[in-house]
Amino acid sequence: MNLNDTLSNSISKSTIEVFSTMLSLEVEVTESLVEKTLPEATDGLVSFIGVAGVWAGTGSLACSKVLGCLICSQMLMTESTSIDEDVLDAVAEMTNMVIGSVKTELEQTLGPLGLSIPTVVFGRNFSTKSGGNTDWVVVRFRCDTEAFSVKMCLTPSEKVTHVIPHSLGQTCAVDG
Amino acid sequence: MESDVLVVDDSAAIRKILQRVLRQTGMAIGTIHEAGDGQEALEVLKSHKIDLVLTDINMPKMDGLQFLSAMKAAPQWNSIPVMMITTEGGETKVGEAVRLGAAGYVRKPFTADQIKEKLAGIVELALPI
Repeated sequence: MNLNDTLSNSISKSTIEVFSTMLSLEVEVTESLVEKTLPEATDGLVSFIGVAGVWAGTGSLACSKVLGCLICSQMLMTESTSIDEDVLDAVAEMTNMVIGSVKTELEQTLGPLGLSIPTVVFGRNFSTKSGGNTDWVVVRFRCDTEAFSVKMCLTPSEKVTHVIPHSLGQTCAVDG
Repeated sequence: MESDVLVVDDSAAIRKILQRVLRQTGMAIGTIHEAGDGQEALEVLKSHKIDLVLTDINMPKMDGLQFLSAMKAAPQWNSIPVMMITTEGGETKVGEAVRLGAAGYVRKPFTADQIKEKLAGIVELALPI
């Protein structure tokens, strides 16, 4: 299994677990793909969190205003109908937990990684772009009637060594 | 006798969830104080008598490990039990927290039952019920 497949599986598993545990919401994977860093117009909420270490990159969760309010309502057990600080904070924290879980799983293969403090953006018809020409592993989900996506890009920030050796015959995520 | 608790997390959402869970534990909880980072948390400790601390690790300004280290270095605070609640699942930061004297840790995402179970063990050892 190569790194993109490992990332895709880990994002799927972590997202399903975090939504179920923290929000009691079931989500299903609708699509998994690899995208180039092309800017795309977006409406709604996008949350970013940086990953740093021997490998570096970014994790992101993008969802509609409706789903952002649902996330907040389920998390805080209150009714949220418009975007406010609570909604932004709840979406940022969900991103932190999803990408944090992915990070923990990846560390078994890639070695120690650090996470930044998440940033969340809300608006209409805005574009996002990251530096470089990195592939993004994108997993799209459905939660009730709302679609959302979790993306992650990760590249070696220096010559990658096998921090944790794998046993003979085991497939290596780093070597792909 | 009621126990006053300090909840430290840069996420207001997590602080609210933990407040709710603490009120559901059956423990005699008095005031629940909040702080958004380690620096704010130290200020709360200076001005209030705290019986239990729940803290995140990854926070701006002063992270949970720096905060824990500062607490354990201060004789007036070093016996207060500290539970870490964090997305960190790796050995490095969690191991460091335990080495610094954390009484326990729960990994995010968490259920209310996981928090209650872990707190029960800590409270049994350190606090009046």
